[in-house]
Amino acid sequence: MLREPELYDYSPMADRPKITWPNDARVAFWVAPNIEFYELDPPLNPGRRAWTKPHPDVVPYSHRDYGNRAGFWRMLEAMAKYGVRGSVSLNVALCQHHPEIIAACNELDWEFFSHGVYNTRYTYTMSEAQERAMMEDVIATIKDSTGQDVAGWLAPALSYTTNTMELLAEYGVKYTCDLFHDDQPQPVNTKSGPLISVPYSLEMNDTVVLSMMGKSSRHYSDILKANFDQLYEEGAESGQVMCIPLHPFLIGQPHRIGNFAEVLEYITGHDKVWVTTGREIAEHYYEHHYDNVVASLAAKRKG
Amino acid sequence: MTLSDDYLKYSKRGHGMDHGRYTWSQLHDRPAVVWPNGARVALWVVTQLQWFPLDMKPAIPVPAGMARPYPDYWNYTLRDYGNRIGVFRIFKVLDKLGIRSSVAINSALAARYPYLVAQVNARDWELIANGLDMGHPHHGEMDRDEEAVLVKGVLKSLRELSGQKVRGWLSPIRSESMNTPDLVAAEGIEYLCDWANDDMPYAFETGSGTIHNMPHAMELDDQQILISLRHTEQEYVDQLKDQFDCLYAESASQGGRVMAISLNPWVTGQAYRIKALEKALSYIASHDGVWSATGGEILDAFTAQK
Repeated sequence: MLREPELYDYSPMADRPKITWPNDARVAFWVAPNIEFYELDPPLNPGRRAWTKPHPDVVPYSHRDYGNRAGFWRMLEAMAKYGVRGSVSLNVALCQHHPEIIAACNELDWEFFSHGVYNTRYTYTMSEAQERAMMEDVIATIKDSTGQDVAGWLAPALSYTTNTMELLAEYGVKYTCDLFHDDQPQPVNTKSGPLISVPYSLEMNDTVVLSMMGKSSRHYSDILKANFDQLYEEGAESGQVMCIPLHPFLIGQPHRIGNFAEVLEYITGHDKVWVTTGREIAEHYYEHHYDNVVASLAAKRKG
Repeated sequence: MTLSDDYLKYSKRGHGMDHGRYTWSQLHDRPAVVWPNGARVALWVVTQLQWFPLDMKPAIPVPAGMARPYPDYWNYTLRDYGNRIGVFRIFKVLDKLGIRSSVAINSALAARYPYLVAQVNARDWELIANGLDMGHPHHGEMDRDEEAVLVKGVLKSLRELSGQKVRGWLSPIRSESMNTPDLVAAEGIEYLCDWANDDMPYAFETGSGTIHNMPHAMELDDQQILISLRHTEQEYVDQLKDQFDCLYAESASQGGRVMAISLNPWVTGQAYRIKALEKALSYIASHDGVWSATGGEILDAFTAQK
C-alpha cells in the first residue's frame, strides 16, 4: 500500500500563482446534486456492505428513494429560482430507472458527471478490466441519455482503486471531485493525460453536515453562508471555488428546502460571484491557468 | 480479493423501481388530493408506546435498547418513564389543542398496561400495531413461517385487547423482512408506516392485494431529531415549523399534504421538552385548514378519491 496518494504536489496557499475567474469574480460557485439510485438488494462487495441490516434495510433505502420521488423537484425549483444550474453527480442507472429526472435536468441545461452506475456498487476490489468496463458503461450511458461527454467524476459512493485517477485521465475525463485538499482546482499527477481536481467540499456536503455531524437545517444554512463569506473575502486576492454537494433526499425535505433557498438567494445576491458548473470551472482553468500552475509546480520540484 | 464479474451485471436496471412493491412516481406530478372540508394539511400525530424488555436479545441492533450489562435498569426504566409519565404529558397537550393521535403500540405492552389501551379508546383514537415488543424486530434473515406466527399473534392479541380493527402496521424500529408486507396484509392490515419515501400515501403491492404506505416522516421523529442527531429543543420546534410551512405553502398549488409527527413519550414527554412540543403543535394548530386525523381517517379520505 502507498503511504500517500502520490496524486499531487505540496502547494501552500500562501505561495502559488494567482487564479482569476471571468468578470473578476472572487468565487466560482457551483452546486452538485448527487442524483442517486440505491438498490434494495445489491450484491456484496468485499470492500463494503451496502446496508447495515440484512436486506431489505427499509429506512435508509426508502429515505434515499424520497429524494427521487419528492425531494428532487423541490431542490430543482429552488435552484432554478436563483439561476443556479446543477452539476449532477449521477448514478447512471438512473437514466434507465428515472429518465423523467434526467429530462428535467437536461431542460435546465444542467451538467451531468459520473457517480458510477449505482450508489450500491462500489469500486473497491475491482480489477483494472472491471473498472474499465464500469467507466465505459458510465461514459456511454451519459452520452446516450443526455448527449453530454462526461467531463467530471466523483467515484460511486467515493469508492476507489489506486488505478482510478490514471484510468480517468486515459478516458479523457477532465476533472475529479474526489480530492479534498484545496479550495482551488489543482493539477493531478497522471501520466496518460491531464486531469485536475475541482473542489467539491465534504465540509459543505449535506450528508456530512446533516447526517454525520447531525446539524440542524438552520445551522447548515449558517455554515454555508460563513464558508461563502470567508472565500469571498479571500477571493479578492485569488479566485476561490465553493461547491455545495447535495442529496435531494436530505435538502429536499420540507423542513430544509426553505432554508436552503435562502442560502442560494444570499450567495447569488453577491456581485463578484461566478455561478457556474464543474465543467465550466475546469474549462476555464485549463484555458487560463493549468500550464502556468504546472510550470510553477515543476519549477518548485527542481528547487 | 477478487470481485466476480457478476458484480457488473445489473438485472433490475430498467424503468421504475428495482422491486415490485410500488410504482415509481414523483410527488409534484400527481393529481391534487382534496381533504375533508378543503383542509390543506392533514396533521397525523403518531404516539409510540413501546416495551423494551430487560432481557431483550434482538437479532439486529435496536437503538435505545438494553445497551448496558444486564440488568440494565438505566435503559429499561428510562423507556418505561414514557409509558408512566411522558405519555400523559403528551396526551394533555393533544387534548388541550384538540389534536387526535394514532397510537402505535407493541402488543406485549398493550397486554402489560391495559390502562393505556383504555386511554386511547376513551379518546376514540386509533391503535396501530407496532409488533410484539422492541426485542423482536423483524429482519431480512427471519424465517418466513416464524414471522407469520409472530404477526398473527400480535394482531390477534391487540385486536382482542382493544376491540379495535387495527388497520395500520408499524414494524419495531421500522425494520421489515422481504415478507413483512405480505404477512401483515394477509392478516387484514391496510397500511404500513415503515417506508420513508413520500409525503403522501401511496399504493403498496403485497401477496394479499394492494395496501398503502402512509407518509410516516422518519425525519420528524423526536427520537431521530433529539436523541440520534442531538438537536436542541429549539431546533426541534424550528424543524416542525419549517416542515409545516413548506407543506402548507405547497398545498396552495399542489393539493392536500400530510404532516406526520412521530412521538416517543420517553423523549418528548420529558418535563423539559413538553413545552417545545406544545409550542410547535400550537403553531400548526393556529392555521386555518389543518385537519387533525388518525392514519385510518387520512387513508380513507385518500382512497375515496381514487
